[in-house]
Amino acid sequence: MDYFDRFAVPHPSPAIYASMIAIGLTMIAVVAGITYFKKWGYLWREWLTTVDHKRIGIMYILSALLMLFRGGADALMMRAQTAVPDNGLLDGQHYNEIFTTHGVVMILFMAMPFIIGLMNIVTPLQVGARDVAFPRLNAVSFWLFFMGAMLFNISFVVGGSPDAGWTSYFPLAGNEFAESVGSNYYAIAIQIAGIGTLLTGINFIVTILKMRAPGMSLMKMPMFTWSILITNFIIVFAFPVLTVALALMTMDRLFGTQFFAMANGGSDMLWANLFWVWGHPEVYIVILPAFGIYSEIISTFARRNLYGYNSMVISMVAISTLSFVVWAHHFYTMGHGAMVNGIFSITTMAIAVPTGVKIFNWLFTLWKGKIVFTVPMLYSLAFIPIFTLGGVTGVMLAMASADYQYHNTMFLVAHFHYVLIPGTVFAVLAGFTYWWPKMFGFMLSEKIGKWSFWFITISFNVTFFPMFITGLDGQARRMYTYSESTGYGPLNMLSFVGAIGLAIGFALILYNIYWSTRYASRNISNDPWDARSLEWATHTPIPEYNFAVVPTVDSTEAFWDSKKKGFKLFSGKIEKIHMPNNSGVPFILSCIFFVWGFAMVFSMWIIAIIATIGIFACMTLRSFEKDHGRYISVEEIEETENKLRGAK
Amino acid sequence: MKMKWALLTILFTIATVLTGCDNPLMVLDPKGPVAATQANVIMISIWTMAFVVLVVVVLYVLMILKYRASKQSDDYEPPHIEGSKVLEIIWVAIPILIVAFLSVVTVKTTNEVEATPKGYEKQEPLVIYASSSNWKWHFSYPEEDIETVNYLFLPTDRPIEFKLYSFGPIASFWIPQLGGQKYAMSDMVTTLHLAADVPGEYMGRNSNFSGSGFAQQTFNVNVLPTKEYDKWVDEIKATAKPITEDKFNELLEPGHVGQSTFTGTHLKFSPAPEGENSGHHHGTSDTEKTDSEESSKDSHEGHSEHSNH
Repeated sequence: MDYFDRFAVPHPSPAIYASMIAIGLTMIAVVAGITYFKKWGYLWREWLTTVDHKRIGIMYILSALLMLFRGGADALMMRAQTAVPDNGLLDGQHYNEIFTTHGVVMILFMAMPFIIGLMNIVTPLQVGARDVAFPRLNAVSFWLFFMGAMLFNISFVVGGSPDAGWTSYFPLAGNEFAESVGSNYYAIAIQIAGIGTLLTGINFIVTILKMRAPGMSLMKMPMFTWSILITNFIIVFAFPVLTVALALMTMDRLFGTQFFAMANGGSDMLWANLFWVWGHPEVYIVILPAFGIYSEIISTFARRNLYGYNSMVISMVAISTLSFVVWAHHFYTMGHGAMVNGIFSITTMAIAVPTGVKIFNWLFTLWKGKIVFTVPMLYSLAFIPIFTLGGVTGVMLAMASADYQYHNTMFLVAHFHYVLIPGTVFAVLAGFTYWWPKMFGFMLSEKIGKWSFWFITISFNVTFFPMFITGLDGQARRMYTYSESTGYGPLNMLSFVGAIGLAIGFALILYNIYWSTRYASRNISNDPWDARSLEWATHTPIPEYNFAVVPTVDSTEAFWDSKKKGFKLFSGKIEKIHMPNNSGVPFILSCIFFVWGFAMVFSMWIIAIIATIGIFACMTLRSFEKDHGRYISVEEIEETENKLRGAK
Repeated sequence: MKMKWALLTILFTIATVLTGCDNPLMVLDPKGPVAATQANVIMISIWTMAFVVLVVVVLYVLMILKYRASKQSDDYEPPHIEGSKVLEIIWVAIPILIVAFLSVVTVKTTNEVEATPKGYEKQEPLVIYASSSNWKWHFSYPEEDIETVNYLFLPTDRPIEFKLYSFGPIASFWIPQLGGQKYAMSDMVTTLHLAADVPGEYMGRNSNFSGSGFAQQTFNVNVLPTKEYDKWVDEIKATAKPITEDKFNELLEPGHVGQSTFTGTHLKFSPAPEGENSGHHHGTSDTEKTDSEESSKDSHEGHSEHSNH
């Protein structure tokens, strides 16, 4: 039995046992359901083995939604625990675990996959391509992310969650202070998901650089595509740092090396530097696509072209470059002197300049427009002032001398939620609603959507604004409790009330999906928003080959021109189309990665070695496999096209 | 519309709360020169940023009110506008000026808070070693040859130099009303310059998450006029027991302990990680320089690496 002790949770509580039972029952229900409805074959053929960018995108988004509710549950528990002074709802250990998992889940398993999901669905369509450059690699990316996320999530019922913060600073995350396997999960699950992300980076750079429609020069790409191109460059430059840092962490924890240890020349500061050399660009990986989404939506619903296209592109390039030279502002207080802090303060504040350019360009996109307040537009409009508050508090934090007072406080927590929620979360919700009809062939209810919008926007401010104040009043972050004499009670209670409002808002989104799936009209046009870019030029639902004829482009808004100026988007006749075959290898490979990761977490070396061999076997198999894809015949295309046209 | 009023209310609330006087926020209620400098910087930045927010919000409200579809005729077709060089230059140039202004403020004040506070340069600073262990603070006063746990007595009107390090995870030493924080780490010693103007009792804490007992890792700070401070030191010397290695190791055990006082310091048998005891022996590290210069010259020279004057 000793062997199985390692799988026990070190700090069990009734909530964890309840979760274990709930997870077990859900799994049984899912398996039974699929078997009962005889859907295993369908699942395998259409989803698990798919290499279609649209389906992979949908799977990314579904996983991200799942993770949104996991991370949200953590958040709700945190706010409930701190709602009143000296609260005994959670103990310190449990609180430390949930703020750690909240951070990791929301950034790495919610924001990133949501963005990557939208990127998957939209980018190939916007550049007029039939798929991404490496469809099978794309499937590998998704399944690695998914298995990484699952591995991370089982930690709280098998072996214990990580508890050293999402930053996982050493020596706190070293073996001496983090004895449970929680931090092993952190190192290995993020590593697996991170490899997937790195592959995505390469895939989309190649897709955008090599597969654009004829006539679409770089400066004629839609702004979302531009943001995706720049984001993927950041991914390719930043993620290798994380890969290395996590590999060193794994070696420290499992094999007794001392890279980040306190003795023998190791350095805890090395981890902090490596983490943030990745971590700061990571922030821009989730914010730049958001800028791209807003650019599309604001221009669509202001019924105007995007103001200052060139300066929008230049400012994104500037932001991405600056994002690599600001990392030390995350630890001004580490004692690296006034000179270093001064330089990093200036580089950090410099980011405000290109970001400001974007804000003003969006405002001037509204100028002389004809603004329609749809749900995606509401999120985009709410983003502007709230994000500005997040941005200006960022400038305040950038000032090193003052940061000594903000660092590690709720002021900082308020700031990054003011940036990430209106920035990334509002953007993915807006994008999700905006592209939903293209994905599923019907619209989400505007009425329910507006209710959830107002709930989320107002509750967001109620939750996070008080934190600016408690931060300035000396409340440190990550404290599981505080005494009544501090006076933090009332404002923390207000935050909790806001958090409940946020939960209602997100629940309404789920309800909206349910309601619209049942009742929304299926009779919509290919272009229900009267939009401007190429993804709206094809049918809804999108045929697997995207475009029967590859579009030709001569401006940033060729589809708009085709509607307004009679520009001919599709010239040329239908020819047979080359498509990639589905493959089960990415899924199987990732399952083996999961087993490998689980074995590594628990130091089960024999299984780990067998899994490693399995991983290499899958890669070898791919190298020798002769799969030239398949062709869709002209007749088949015409038949599909006629059917889709007739459906309207 | 609701948005606008919500925002204006929020802005108004910030302004009132931050400048309110009956219950000022800790960080904006400084009791020493370093915290005062930082509170000034914070207020300068808040007002500068309030201006930025105001410009954005005004433009925003104008655009939304004026160009909504419901206010325009059905056949209105918004024009195609590429952009405007002049406008775009304006909204690059003005932010650059603002950032330049804030950069000057930042660099100047960062140098100030990283050195002996202004007006205190002539005095010999009181050196206190503040070390963190899970989840306590140990304060060693080499000059007085005493040591306290979880509380701190400081004299007014004398510069204080905290030498920070940790017996475990990274901790951050923070007394909000006297000045900003700095990390205490296990493999090097960092220096934090503070001074106190006003006698009183202040809250001090570790603000950097360090494990399950982190929330309660606080300490009391008592600032006394010099005479009373000296009296306190004499009292300790007369009444407290000497600290022994065994006793100190017992204190290092993870957990919470109350306040206690000793004569002597743990530095004798468990020296701070600086100089030859530093965790890093490669090249001329910051700590080694501090150590050697400190022993030879006065404090102002000794900390020149922290400031550029």
